[in-house]
Amino acid sequence: MDFQLTETQTALQDTCRQFAEKELTPNARRWDEHHTFPKEAVEKLAELGLMGVAIPEAHGGAGMDSMCYALAMEEISRGCASTGVIMSVNNSLYCDPVYKNGTEALKKKWLEPFARGEKLGCFGLTEPAAGSDAAAQKTTAVRDGDFYRINGSKNFITNGPEADAIVLFTMTAPAKGNKGITAFVVDTKSPGFVLGKLDNKLGITASHSCSIFFEDLKVPVENRLGEEGQGFKIAMATLDGGRIGIACQALGIARAAYEEALKYAKDRKAFDKPIADLQAIQFMLADMATEIDAARLLIWKAAALKDQGVRHSAESAMAKLYASEMSGRVTHKALQIHGGYGYLKEFDAERHSRDARITEIYEGTSEIQRLVIAASLLRD
Amino acid sequence: MDLQLTETQTHIRDLARRFARERLAPTARQRDREAIFPTAELHEAGELGLLGVNVPEELGGSEAGVVAYALAIAELAEACASTTVAVAVTNMVAEQIARFGTDAQRKAFVPRLVSGKAVAGAFALSETQCGSDASALTTSARRDADGWVVNGQKQWITSGDRAGVVLVFARTGGPGAKGVSAFLVEGGAPGMTAGRPEHKMGLRGSSTVPLTFENCRLATDALLGEEGGGFKIAMSALDGGRIGISAQAIGVLRGCLAASRTYAKQRKAFGGTLAELQAIQWKLADMATDLAAAELLCFRAASLKDQGRPFTREASMSKVFCSEAANRHASEAVQIHGGYGYIDEFPVERYFRDARVQTLYEGTSEIQRKVIAREILK
Repeated sequence: MDFQLTETQTALQDTCRQFAEKELTPNARRWDEHHTFPKEAVEKLAELGLMGVAIPEAHGGAGMDSMCYALAMEEISRGCASTGVIMSVNNSLYCDPVYKNGTEALKKKWLEPFARGEKLGCFGLTEPAAGSDAAAQKTTAVRDGDFYRINGSKNFITNGPEADAIVLFTMTAPAKGNKGITAFVVDTKSPGFVLGKLDNKLGITASHSCSIFFEDLKVPVENRLGEEGQGFKIAMATLDGGRIGIACQALGIARAAYEEALKYAKDRKAFDKPIADLQAIQFMLADMATEIDAARLLIWKAAALKDQGVRHSAESAMAKLYASEMSGRVTHKALQIHGGYGYLKEFDAERHSRDARITEIYEGTSEIQRLVIAASLLRD
Repeated sequence: MDLQLTETQTHIRDLARRFARERLAPTARQRDREAIFPTAELHEAGELGLLGVNVPEELGGSEAGVVAYALAIAELAEACASTTVAVAVTNMVAEQIARFGTDAQRKAFVPRLVSGKAVAGAFALSETQCGSDASALTTSARRDADGWVVNGQKQWITSGDRAGVVLVFARTGGPGAKGVSAFLVEGGAPGMTAGRPEHKMGLRGSSTVPLTFENCRLATDALLGEEGGGFKIAMSALDGGRIGISAQAIGVLRGCLAASRTYAKQRKAFGGTLAELQAIQWKLADMATDLAAAELLCFRAASLKDQGRPFTREASMSKVFCSEAANRHASEAVQIHGGYGYIDEFPVERYFRDARVQTLYEGTSEIQRKVIAREILK
């Protein structure tokens, strides 16, 4: 048993940390306030190979593993959680399923520029009436010669407003439920692809999400991922990996909040000494540090299993569940340590608290993670 | 990052698992109910190499390392926490003598401890008026022409009335940590008297006693390490001991999860089994998640210790997390069992009682948080 990182992993971690401290942390508050999509930062992420971390170099990616992806996601999200989710969606939810399920021709056109970060991808599973219960979706795709015609709508689609393509889930055989779902790669420039207005969110405001409407949109058969009916399986396998990304985002947010609280506690004086000398504050910081480490270890375990090609649904769910709820607790305490200042936009504590909140909801709510874990636990 | 076990680690774990399931589990309830000290079981543990898992082979130990030690303790604790605590303290005392002792001390004490011939080892640090604040201890050791004379009283000494070797901490100098020295005392030494075993909430098969020293005379060579170096030995033992308590908590967590899972799948309610209800599924999911985190925190600290790297902060994080998780989930395990969780036909009420001490001994949760805070504020 060995918990040390390799030299490659440490080097990547350092690169990402320096990038985040230079390019993200100083801007994150402003981007949040103005809901600015961090276009230039995303371009720089692409230069660093971070938009397709675990995609092989032959397909435009950086050819690294899931552990590297996890380390990078933590550092980037520590700098800016919005940038973190933009990166996570492109890596985990777009590139990963296209790489695993696309034909070579499809990958050439619809993976490589995305893994290189020249284009941006998004993921369309959720609908207004189908969130956690993904099998209840209503968007349909009907075969019409060499095409499918797609009608319906998706919502809460992160990167939707900026994306060049979407991995889209549709019903091709509504009577079959789960087994009637089929996935496609859809060009967002296609006629019939209509963006709704931007969602006005509590946090991660520099990443944009919106509803998307499909009005008799024609997609070529060769853009189908896998066979008809395999969509649900593709979605679930994708989310197993996506959950590692979101767990890392939650971890990065928590670490930023904790580090700022630690610094504040050393500077701020009360009762004639720094509040870091008070046990009440010390114990909060100790719990924050402990839970951050626990979350990171759960993430590394899930990532290590993914890299070994072992099934990791339960481990990813545990990592995501623990890290996101931990992030909620830690950002709350960090704001508390800042007192009234924590409630002001002059500090980042309030942003971290808002940013953390989503991690308990998207890519499977905490409730769904517990269902996944319990199902694995109770299996004979 | 590699979570695979080595062959040695797997071997020790499997050995401990078999011993725990075959020899400890069947009698654990009776041992608890009747407060029976596990003398024979300790001897068997010694024969299997489980009393000196991280002790050099030349001294009779298994030399399998700290991760292996944690794996073994977790297996034993799932079956019987009472036996486990006596095993853990014996390992800890043997390890400190192997580390800080002279050649003569190592040869005289360690093989006896790890073989089980000394029954058990005891670690005498706490006193009536000093628990968490160990550097304030008042038991004294005065040097005279023939060696040392020890006076004072120790409290909460696990196996104190059974141990063949007692590691005693006493004041040889001025106040504070630098005035403390460590001594090796033979069980039954004249002047050292064990009081009545405490009636405890849990760990009822282990014996916890006060130890009184009245002009207890020790030879010059009873001093372990340097004069004034006792506190360092105590803290080194407790850093490692925290990994041991973490592993005990992991054993309890595993036991709670296994018992709750079995019960939930059998027990019928509302036309189905408990396991089909989301309220119960979520308790199990949370238990499994915290167990996974607890294992990783514990094995990380153990692995750092194996590699000779600093592990103080990691051991404290592990101890506070594992012990508090064991308490939360032992309570949930009782809840899942309903009324049956409250009676001793199921193991969970024992787990509940056994878990409770884990946030107290070898450094309370409060002390762990102090240690973590000190480390992160450095």
